[in-house]
Amino acid sequence: MKTELMSANYAAARAVMSARVEVVAAYPITPATTVPEQVAYLNEKGLWNGQFIRVESEHSAMFACIGASSTGARAFTATSSNGLLLMHEALHWATAARLPVVLANINRSVSPSWNIHVTHDDSMSQRDTGWIQFYVASVDEFYHTIIQAFKLAEDERILLPVMVNADGFVLSHTVQPYDYLEPEEVDKFLPPYNPPHWTMDPENPVSHGNIVFPEFYQEFRNQMHEAGKNALMVYEEIEQEYKKLFGKYFGGPIDCYRCDDAEVIFTSQGSMGAEAKDAVDELRQEGYKVGNARIRMFRPFPVDKIRELGSKVKGIAAFDRGVSYGFGGHVASEIRSVMYNTDHRPMIKSYIGGLGGRDMTVKDIKEVILDMVKAVESGETGAEETWHALKE
Amino acid sequence: MVATKDMPLKEYVLKGNAACAGCQDMVALRHAHKALEGDVIQVVPACCTSVVQSLWPKSGLGIPVLNTAFMAAAATASGVRAALKAKGRDHTTVMVWAGDGGTFDIGLQALSGAFERRTDFLYVCYNNQVYSNTGTQRSGATPLHAATTTTWFGKTEPEKMLDLIVAAHEPAYQATANTSYPRDLYDKVKRAKEIEGPKFLHIFLPCPQAWNYPVEKGVEIGKLAVETGYWIQWERIGDEFKLGRESKRFQDPEKRKPIEEFLKLQGRFSHLFKPTKDEKKIQELQDYVQHRWDVIMRTFT
Repeated sequence: MKTELMSANYAAARAVMSARVEVVAAYPITPATTVPEQVAYLNEKGLWNGQFIRVESEHSAMFACIGASSTGARAFTATSSNGLLLMHEALHWATAARLPVVLANINRSVSPSWNIHVTHDDSMSQRDTGWIQFYVASVDEFYHTIIQAFKLAEDERILLPVMVNADGFVLSHTVQPYDYLEPEEVDKFLPPYNPPHWTMDPENPVSHGNIVFPEFYQEFRNQMHEAGKNALMVYEEIEQEYKKLFGKYFGGPIDCYRCDDAEVIFTSQGSMGAEAKDAVDELRQEGYKVGNARIRMFRPFPVDKIRELGSKVKGIAAFDRGVSYGFGGHVASEIRSVMYNTDHRPMIKSYIGGLGGRDMTVKDIKEVILDMVKAVESGETGAEETWHALKE
Repeated sequence: MVATKDMPLKEYVLKGNAACAGCQDMVALRHAHKALEGDVIQVVPACCTSVVQSLWPKSGLGIPVLNTAFMAAAATASGVRAALKAKGRDHTTVMVWAGDGGTFDIGLQALSGAFERRTDFLYVCYNNQVYSNTGTQRSGATPLHAATTTTWFGKTEPEKMLDLIVAAHEPAYQATANTSYPRDLYDKVKRAKEIEGPKFLHIFLPCPQAWNYPVEKGVEIGKLAVETGYWIQWERIGDEFKLGRESKRFQDPEKRKPIEEFLKLQGRFSHLFKPTKDEKKIQELQDYVQHRWDVIMRTFT
């Protein structure tokens, strides 16, 4: 392991090397572009000897990954925003085909208007595709989570694709130190991919994806659903192993900070969760019993962890950097739904903001948390949904 | 040309397939796979073949088949080829088997991309000139005046000359074929197997369901397509063009049968004959025959 200084995108390309990915297929889109650029560079320099397919669209990128993974190769792609949306059909295909493809999504706003900065709408709108989804808060976490993602995806109890999300520009183009692992070091954690059930092989021909009638379709879907839920438990195992081997631990499905005795917790996804630690520290100094729960895993949703957290607090300020238009914050809605069938229902308020790359500073986060604290103290929930710093 | 007795006896199109009676796709698949002899991975987008190959849990083809989405055949094949390369299993042929809708229309971009990248694979378009799997809707390959369920009184445009689009990618090998000439089809697949790079085989394939003719007439109609000059058999190795021997004698318009003989056997053209004969429209189709000859010969020779 050696410490390097790079942007998240450059580090993601190094994760391709470290994890001995065999096939990458990708198409340029800001801000993901520097991932395939670096993959190309490493490939042409002979530092990474896999196959890089310079496809003509994101739809083709994911289907090339599907073709490669179906033939037993470890496959990876990276994209953002409209590129991820163009892949939508392919995302469903990869999960239902049970292929362990890994995708680095650099979160970017969806057009129009053109905006290349972070909003989580792109990946949140892939919620129901069955992809496992992580949101990370640092370059180091991005790099290592991509490596872990292959292990998780390829586990026989899972066999599903994994999307690792990093905030556009805030992480993708921001240089931070991270700890690089040589492929030889990763080998002891991540063995070569060996498809346990089927692969495209003329020696042992199978047809994959044939017509399945109503008598069985539902059973296939149920298996996929159950496999997805297994990821919560399997990922905990994986993180423990990773910690033992490399001394890295990112907090499991939810990275909790000063939550133990907190009365109000702030939840968020992505890089904001790092800023929120500072906000919590400052508020603690000011005498508020608050904590920060950074939701790393959005699918499968960490139901038990949320319930455990929710059972101990008076209020949850659930922050979303995206919107399910016509209803509300994606994650806030899930948290509410998870808490409904519990004995102790804390006050839950949804906050939406930071869209289109608008900064969410420590000051902003403190305002949100204090609004929640005020609601708890007064006993009045007030607005169920608040758009933070919305101009009138 | 291969003698029938010299073709491998082994069958790769097996019992348990779900094809319609008289399906010419099965004729094409059967001979293509005899030529490839099993060392192949077949990628199939949404099309008739994705239905007729087998219904789970059966498998009607004795080769590995990867089903993929409608517009994604060539991209999926690119991934399969890359994986084989990564694993050093490069001898295996990667073959797309796609209908005309998945090739002329929705799959054209992926096809173009894969050819531009010089992907080493064989793309086969079996062209029955219609979205027959979904119930006979017009495609970019449907001929002028053919009735479909989205052109009830006949299509108002002729088909896209896809071969010219493919040719613009300068494929390593390109050919047309016709299921009424299965030995020629076999030879062409065999030839393609030996050539590295992007290869395209365009197979003309009558469909009894969509074209509305008696199931036993498929071979006759396929031959009439050639004998009227409507379908031209040719191949190109690199940029060396060769007119097929089945078509050579119909280069001379005098030797061709009138297009009417091809049209009148098919229900999709019956409105050109009933209740009254539409001489004008039949002549338009007759003129299209020469037009295609002119374009093909001008472009390739």
